[in-house]
Amino acid sequence: MIEISKLNAWFDDNHVLKDVDISVPTNGSFGLVGESGSGKSTVLRTITGLVDDWEGNILVNNKELGPKRDKTFYRLVQMVFQDPFGSLHPRHTIDRILTEPVNIHGLGNSDARVVEALNQVGLDNAFRFRYPHQLSGGQRQRVAIARALILEPKILLLDEPTSALDVSIQAEVLNLLGRLRRELGLTYVMVSHDLAVVAHMCDDIAIMNHGRIVERATATQLADGTLEHPYSQQLYKAAGGYDRAVVDSFVDWD
Amino acid sequence: MSNETLLSVKNLEVTFNTPKGDVHAVRGVSFDLGRERLGIVGESGSGKSQTGRAILGLTAANGKITADQLQFHDVDLANLSPKQWRKVRGARISMIMQDPKYSLNPVMTIGDQIIEAYREHHKVGAKEARRRALEMLEAVKIRDPERVFNAYPHEASGGMGQRVMIAMMLIPDPELIIADEPTSALDVTVQLQVMAILDDLVRDRGMALIFISHDLQLVSSFCDRVLVMYQGHVVEELRASELHNAKHPYTKGLLNCLPKMDGDHSDLPILEREASWAEG
Amino acid sequence: MNTQTHISKPGLKNWLTSDTPQSRFQAQCGRTWLGWIKFTENKLAMVGLSIVIGLILVTIFAPILAPYDPLAADLTNRIQPPGAEHWFGTDQLGRDILSRLIYGAQYTLLIVGLVAITAAPLGLLVGTAAGFFGGWVDAVLMRITDIFLAFPKLILALAFVSALGPGIENAILAIAITAWPPYARIARAETITVRKADYIEAARLQGTSNLGLIIGHITPMCMSSLVVRVTLDMAGMILIAAGLGFLGLGAQPPMPEWGAMVSDGRQFLLEQWWVATVPGLAIFVVSLGFNLLGDGLRDVLDPRGGD
Repeated sequence: MIEISKLNAWFDDNHVLKDVDISVPTNGSFGLVGESGSGKSTVLRTITGLVDDWEGNILVNNKELGPKRDKTFYRLVQMVFQDPFGSLHPRHTIDRILTEPVNIHGLGNSDARVVEALNQVGLDNAFRFRYPHQLSGGQRQRVAIARALILEPKILLLDEPTSALDVSIQAEVLNLLGRLRRELGLTYVMVSHDLAVVAHMCDDIAIMNHGRIVERATATQLADGTLEHPYSQQLYKAAGGYDRAVVDSFVDWD
Repeated sequence: MSNETLLSVKNLEVTFNTPKGDVHAVRGVSFDLGRERLGIVGESGSGKSQTGRAILGLTAANGKITADQLQFHDVDLANLSPKQWRKVRGARISMIMQDPKYSLNPVMTIGDQIIEAYREHHKVGAKEARRRALEMLEAVKIRDPERVFNAYPHEASGGMGQRVMIAMMLIPDPELIIADEPTSALDVTVQLQVMAILDDLVRDRGMALIFISHDLQLVSSFCDRVLVMYQGHVVEELRASELHNAKHPYTKGLLNCLPKMDGDHSDLPILEREASWAEG
Repeated sequence: MNTQTHISKPGLKNWLTSDTPQSRFQAQCGRTWLGWIKFTENKLAMVGLSIVIGLILVTIFAPILAPYDPLAADLTNRIQPPGAEHWFGTDQLGRDILSRLIYGAQYTLLIVGLVAITAAPLGLLVGTAAGFFGGWVDAVLMRITDIFLAFPKLILALAFVSALGPGIENAILAIAITAWPPYARIARAETITVRKADYIEAARLQGTSNLGLIIGHITPMCMSSLVVRVTLDMAGMILIAAGLGFLGLGAQPPMPEWGAMVSDGRQFLLEQWWVATVPGLAIFVVSLGFNLLGDGLRDVLDPRGGD
């Protein structure tokens, strides 16, 4: 479904992605893990066309992407942002947020589509005419997922979709995402700083550091803890909680 | 670690007056704190931060604090004048906030801010204060203290900024530190490194620490004792080492709903909340 | 401000404060209601609002309220001091000052109204376009804005009116031309703070066009600051209009425009103080009213001020 090869990207003079290769099969789930500045989100933003300065090949659904994305691309690929407080327009009701994409793409029947999308993400119709500030973080993220789903895409790019949420809400949203992938046959690319979240959600995982993929692993390899690259091992250990001895073994990768 | 009680909180209540009616943020929280590391854990809206702020009298203007007891050593924190507060805040109890970006003054060098924090409570000359500040920057493991001393906050990374905050808060040698999600904005490895620095300093100087966080696992691996809060109540208090023996369904639920690295992709257990938990 | 037709219905407050609105209309009303509650807490803003509403009412009911014809000269009653017959006295042609004041209100309202609906959208358009597109669009539009900003407002307005010829229409046009640059600046600043926001990028990923983004997503975020600024500026517009009138470049005699009335009265200022003072006071009160209203609106609308 997605084939990326030799992807390089720049922010002004900063070389933020260096020869990134990714391949995601249809209905697959691919995880990108890394710390801030690793370039993991930039990969998603480059796919969606939010990054201007890039080189390489991106194939989505066997079609090579050029510098501009057209409307049909956005019906195929949608993205869920990290911060549910920042990704919904503060002056728009949920209804308007969900209706707008339907109208832009001329899908028609927006009323029924909005009701269905809310239903899909487990939100009651009562939320429809609220403003985002009247919703909790988890509810907002559900709205953001509904907005992504309303165009019936095949690919969902998830940029740390649960990192701003409480753990109990995170579990609910992760379950929701898992269910949607099964039911709608979606393909996921998920970005997270949390190894456990990615291990739980994804089949294939790539660990990134400073714009480069340093290691690839499967969920099983991660479960067994058989990571090879010292940076991945360090991330793996850090996920285990606070241990004075482990901290002393950390090396700076700057 | 002595058992002498440093801070005693009995039946602490924090209520906010809002246009939509009174909001009870903290309801009947009680605990005693010795020279130890106490974790307060809860999800957003649990009242964990408001508990920390109430101890320091930093509750917002529309909030009201009541408590049967709010005793810090010989000081009754419940009835302090603003002038008396200045002698306690910073000097004897310090607070480390979540985001150093908002806690540091952007137009003052880091060094000047640390010096100011020190001289607020210690009458020393400029030279001595500078020496102490550099020492403190070294203590928080900043490699090039001279350079950081002369830098402005925006020139420091997140981890560096939080180390500077710790340096600033610890330089007056307080007896109690309240750390409110001090590392949540940082990457995991940096987070643990910052915690290690805090750990060492608190241990060496015999300070008490209240560590407020949403991360139950992290807190229990770091603290001696953990209070679990839910909707303003403390629903469970346990020794950090006994976390796996938690009894309250909320604590257990919080632990269970974390994704694990076991290769299992099936649904995570959902935390089913019960109304009775909020009645304490 | 809120819908008076519903005021007697029981449960209106519940309907407005409902957390689960049933329609777009109810959601909008609820939001407006909360803003109104916050606004009413500010007593000075309420004073400002009353003054502005008062001005509007006076304009509407001028023919009923005015005791005399504002243009009817009565040379036998020249420059009468305030009294029972003429509450605010008469001017040098024996016209009733109160009636002239009442009829003059409509010119004041006309000026601020027309300036607001021409200058504000123009500034908004220029500012959002500059902030949104950046690059050379920004450079060109903002340099033009800077050129306008470089001149003192009154001087620029004077120049325009002298070029266009005196008269109230030209005065309005001149004020509008001088009033838009600050709005463009504000709109640009607001646009720059929100254009990289996640919700704008999210909308872009829905396939929203640039025009759609500017109108539907960015403009609403600029509106609050703009409305506040326009309201605060209205006082200044009234003063410029009065200034132009005073200099004989705005409203032409015998039009009872307040600035022109002050101008007429200045020759008698020492002996017959009321001729110039009364319209002067009117200008002062209405300017103050708009200022207080603007301050109150800022508290309610400014996104940085509250939640």
